[in-house]
Amino acid sequence: MKFEGTKNYVATDDLRVAVNASITLQRPLLIKGEPGTGKTVLAEEVAKALGVELITWNVKSTTKAQQGLYEYDAITRLRDSQLGDERVKDIKNYISKGKLWEAFERPTRPILLIDEIDKADIEFPNDLLQELDRMEFYVYETNEVIKAAQRPIVIITSNNEKELPDAFLRRCFFHYIKFPEEDTMRAIIEVHFPGLKGKLVQEALNIFYEIREVPGLKKKPSTSELIDWLKLLLSEDISPETLREKDPSKLIPPLHGALLKNEQDVHLFERLAFLARRERN
Amino acid sequence: MFVHFFHELKKANVPVTLREYLMLLEAMDKNVIENRVEDFYFLSRASLVKDERNLDKFDQVFGHVFKGLDLTLEDHSQQLPEEWLKALTEKFLTEEEKAEIEKLGGWEKIMETLKQRLEEQKKRHEGGNKMIGTAGTSPFGANGYNPEGVRIGQKEGRHGKAVKVWDKREYKNLDDQVELGTRNIKVALRRLRKFAREGAQTELDLPDTIKSTANSGYLDIKMIAERRNKVKLLVLFDIGGSMDSHIKLCEELFSAARTEFKNMEYFYFHNCLYEGVWKDNRRRHNEKMNTWDVLHKFPADYKVVFVGDATMSPYEITYAGGSVEHWNEEPGAIWLERVTQIYENAVWLNPVAERHWEYTPSLQIIKQIMGERMFPLTLEGLDKAMRELSR
Repeated sequence: MKFEGTKNYVATDDLRVAVNASITLQRPLLIKGEPGTGKTVLAEEVAKALGVELITWNVKSTTKAQQGLYEYDAITRLRDSQLGDERVKDIKNYISKGKLWEAFERPTRPILLIDEIDKADIEFPNDLLQELDRMEFYVYETNEVIKAAQRPIVIITSNNEKELPDAFLRRCFFHYIKFPEEDTMRAIIEVHFPGLKGKLVQEALNIFYEIREVPGLKKKPSTSELIDWLKLLLSEDISPETLREKDPSKLIPPLHGALLKNEQDVHLFERLAFLARRERN
Repeated sequence: MFVHFFHELKKANVPVTLREYLMLLEAMDKNVIENRVEDFYFLSRASLVKDERNLDKFDQVFGHVFKGLDLTLEDHSQQLPEEWLKALTEKFLTEEEKAEIEKLGGWEKIMETLKQRLEEQKKRHEGGNKMIGTAGTSPFGANGYNPEGVRIGQKEGRHGKAVKVWDKREYKNLDDQVELGTRNIKVALRRLRKFAREGAQTELDLPDTIKSTANSGYLDIKMIAERRNKVKLLVLFDIGGSMDSHIKLCEELFSAARTEFKNMEYFYFHNCLYEGVWKDNRRRHNEKMNTWDVLHKFPADYKVVFVGDATMSPYEITYAGGSVEHWNEEPGAIWLERVTQIYENAVWLNPVAERHWEYTPSLQIIKQIMGERMFPLTLEGLDKAMRELSR
């Protein structure tokens, strides 16, 4: 099993090495990076490239580690016991499997994506240490040990909202998705919009990187925003010439809504445009 | 195999452990990569570095170990014990001597030799022309004369000719006294938890349900309110002036506290608490809130945390009109006493290291007003402060 990138996803060399190392050594791969640099998409693409199943566990602020293993439905069992249901005799009927259990059961090696692990409580990663290390856990209700048939490929993403514990980090391979440089960005655009006019891409990229350079932006636009913006530019049929206009009064790029997602950032841009205009007069 | 590399990383304060090193070796053993330097770089980075903040350090160490590039890590610089370098003597050289030193060799050679010497030498050295110390004619050391010399532990060369400052650090290691990021702060803040079930009943109370079902003979579901941390916190930050150097620490504390406590209110003040506090530093002069209003608004079960260095002129605390910014009708001490009288649980967190406290009179005054409940803003201090607050 080796990941070489796909035609829909531009994987840099370092990313490829990190993914392959985690596949070969069967250790989790922790992916960090700015929002919108393709962390979640990576898992999907690795699954596609290797032709294996992807099991996604979306973590929320209320998610508990136990939910990834299994949950015991006591209420239904209580009700069934009153109704004299036969099912009640077997506790197994009331245990619903979590994502980790699902992944452990698969006969072929699946990919388990634990998405946005930093959203959960601060102890969440610690609670999963043993389970991810040994790839087994214990079910108290039925006294059985669930062991992975095939160690799944575990990909974990984090947006850096919380720091992860050292013990957890030590067990992972780590990759930080850097913000793509212009060449990589061009390759990414080529993947999404094959044969796009070179001039438009150039102008759009210039504006894009200029916006990223503006100091004090709350949320810098990232790859996914650039792709959305290009899509809009194409559908509105905006020409490279319009983009190139260096008229300071038009400092705000057309269809900026796709790039700037924060009203404070838009205000900042409007203020800058206003200042530029005043200087000219 | 790469033990040297591993140790270099350790030395550069990249947090690497044996486990990660073994993981790297295992990956090499299993031929994860082909024999390319770049791939090895990527692989070792993925297995040894776990935080993007350390990537830069890692790159420099890697470059140094595997390419023989010059190692110029900023915080890797080393520091000599101060007393070695106290400029006790000044030596004046003759023209011949100066010419002789000129011949010593180029910059590269000097740096190389310096490294060797730093390792060779373990004692204070003065005079002479080989070892590092003060006032000699060796190229290394302070206040001596060598046109190509490297300054050690001296800010400005008296001859103004030295090329580079090389500060050697050997003892600066404070470990658990040092602040280590928000995760640790959060863990420390967890001490201050008082769980209570309040509000809407959204959770299933399993034991109660089973009990009442058994009692009544039919399924009787009992719900219970979610367990929440009901600790209420009022944090007052000293901002501006001498606090500027502690801003990162305060930001980390603030963001950790923000996520840990749902009921948290904060206000800013400058140097000492007076009749007005504010929430937005940009509009501090227009949108001041009366401190009385704050004290009335938040009931006495709030726990109060001051964050400030308490470093100012004593008059700013004890005299009316002592404030540096405005005319205060009542001295700051009275305001601080009001707070401690209303709120039973109050502490003062001080980012200044505890060993410097005794030298600042204003700090002593405030510590006294707070009833000795002042703690340093380190993990240890925070831990103690939270214990104090949860009493």
